[in-house]
Amino acid sequence: MARITMREAISQALWEEMERDPRVFILGEEVGVWGGTYAVTKGFYDHFGPERVRDTPIAEAAIVGAAIGAALVGTRPVAELMTINFAFAAMDHIVNEAAKLHYMFGGQMVLPLVIRTVGGGGRQLGATHSQTPDAVFAHFPGLKVVAPGTPADAKGLLKAAIRSQDPVMFIEHATLYQTRGEVPEGDYVVPIGKSTIQRTGKDITIITYSKMLEVSMKAADQLAGEGIEAEVVDLRTLRPLDMEPVLESFKKTNRAVIVEEGWKSYGVGAEISARIYEDAFDYVDAPIKRVAQLEVPLPYNRALEQMALPKVEQVVAAVKEVLNG
Amino acid sequence: MALTAEIKREMYWTMLLARRLDERAWVLHRQGKIAFHISGIGHEAAQVGAAYALRRGEDWVTPYYRDLALMVALGYTPTEFILSLMGKAGEPNSGARQMPSHWSLRRANAVSHSAPVATQCVHAAGIGLAIKLRGDDRVVFTTLGEGSTSQGEWYEAVNWAAVHQLPVIFMVQNNQYAISVPSAKQMAVPSAADKACGLGLRGLSVDGSNVLEVYNVMSEAVERARSGGGPTLIEARVNRITPHSSDDDDRSYRSREEVEEGKRNDAILISRQVLEKEGVLNAKLVEEMETKAKEMVDAAVAAAEAAPYPDVSEAAYPVYVEEVRRG
Ligand SMILES: Cc1ncc(C[n+]2csc(CCOP(=O)(O)OP(=O)(O)O)c2C)c(N)n1
Ligand SMILES: [Mg+2]
Repeated sequence: MARITMREAISQALWEEMERDPRVFILGEEVGVWGGTYAVTKGFYDHFGPERVRDTPIAEAAIVGAAIGAALVGTRPVAELMTINFAFAAMDHIVNEAAKLHYMFGGQMVLPLVIRTVGGGGRQLGATHSQTPDAVFAHFPGLKVVAPGTPADAKGLLKAAIRSQDPVMFIEHATLYQTRGEVPEGDYVVPIGKSTIQRTGKDITIITYSKMLEVSMKAADQLAGEGIEAEVVDLRTLRPLDMEPVLESFKKTNRAVIVEEGWKSYGVGAEISARIYEDAFDYVDAPIKRVAQLEVPLPYNRALEQMALPKVEQVVAAVKEVLNG
Repeated sequence: MALTAEIKREMYWTMLLARRLDERAWVLHRQGKIAFHISGIGHEAAQVGAAYALRRGEDWVTPYYRDLALMVALGYTPTEFILSLMGKAGEPNSGARQMPSHWSLRRANAVSHSAPVATQCVHAAGIGLAIKLRGDDRVVFTTLGEGSTSQGEWYEAVNWAAVHQLPVIFMVQNNQYAISVPSAKQMAVPSAADKACGLGLRGLSVDGSNVLEVYNVMSEAVERARSGGGPTLIEARVNRITPHSSDDDDRSYRSREEVEEGKRNDAILISRQVLEKEGVLNAKLVEEMETKAKEMVDAAVAAAEAAPYPDVSEAAYPVYVEEVRRG
């Protein structure tokens, strides 16, 4: 196994899938000559050519809408939206078409479409470049929503997404591209819709995903130093949601903190905690806590932005509150 | 309105000040003092030529991120600009909440905007509609890049303005690139002004390095809008002689010869030649302006460096109008 960055892992998955299946092609803004906003498709244009690595006009609705059309007739488009903030310009196609066509067509046509995009704050890019609206997309039946937190999962899940017969929103995090990890070489596929335990512990369950996995793992390290053993569950896929590892862990620890980068209201933590209360109420020893972003548009100034984003100390504090509560 | 020699000099001064400020922003970025810069270098004549055709402070403006010179023409001060780059307290757009170059200036009726391109054009159409409803004689000026005219919302905005005969001037600052993507991959017509044909309004293309030419074309469009004649689409042909932003390295997609060619047609250079030919500018005057610009930029940087950052509690406000600021 090689130790590579998230960027390299995503790039590898795309490259291998394009080599494996000639129907796979990439379309999006700046994906070709420039090699992608986060340099994921660097070298692709020269290797696969302008037909399979297509620089498009700045028109997100057309990128997703055209990808839908292309997917319906048997190609396998990987549409890249520079950031998830621009996905709102394509929202009609994502939620009114991609999420529903298979159903509305009685299953007669499939829509093997991947929308690769990038979310998250922390880079001083202001309120409309820095959102983490993953839960918004996970709201819609018909979409699969994937948000990996490790390089290995990024590679394996992207391969699964490209092979999926259903539309997949594949949400990368803007500050994880340099994160390194062991990634299996060759045809490594991680199934969509499987949560996983990233760290075992007996005292409390921390449920999280994407960038907040990193934050939660740091918090767990810190807590371990104080004799508190946290178990960390990484959701990896927000829809379809796999609650099994969450419930299994919770039935052991009887306590939980949910950590997400987006806003708390109507968010991932709301969904997870409701499901725990519904399906494991008898195991609840303390109220579940959620750590999330301050409910404001993310500000530009660095200190203000950092203040608004969820931090390791907040996770540590929430864990202690639940344990002592 | 015929421009006086004094106004013409002031137009050049505004361009020059914006240029020197912009150059300093790149330096501040290299020094690690600011997080990000996106430049208006090469676009100044288009912006200043347009601004001077407006009733500045009265007409509405929905700008885009390259419009530093436009903002300076609207009265945005050098210190205000550097404060915004540094995310300092007292920054007039937003109190350091909004990203730099997402301009606004309440006192000049310049409206803040989101990162997704071309959205400001639809707002301009709405402002134009309200102006018509209220029956005043203001106009709206909105700008964007040629790549952004690929966006559906841009067509929707122009179509609206044309259908309802709204007092809107759309200026496309065509610098031939959208980040790395050349305009031939954005549109199948040679000029963004050609798009006016299908939408039913006047479309004109102008040398955006020549401040007086831009002023003339823009004046005509403003006059038409003010007198109920409806919208105009102006393409200003400009040269982007910097990378897209401080996050970009343009060497991978642009030849150095092309950039050098752009510098030979640079807005400051061409406009200076035009104004010297008219006899309103000379080397001595330019030198005085340069000295003054340097002093002002230095002073702005010093003032902004000395300014405090906003208190972190500011992050929580003001999401809603009803919220009373605590403390
Ligand atoms: C809806 C949307 N998609 C993508 C982007 C990312 N983006 C920012 S600037 C830019 C290029 C714009 O090019 P152009 O309109 O020609 O303006 P220029 O920067 O050349 O002045 C792109 C693609 C964005 N801001 N908004
Ligand atoms: Mg451009």
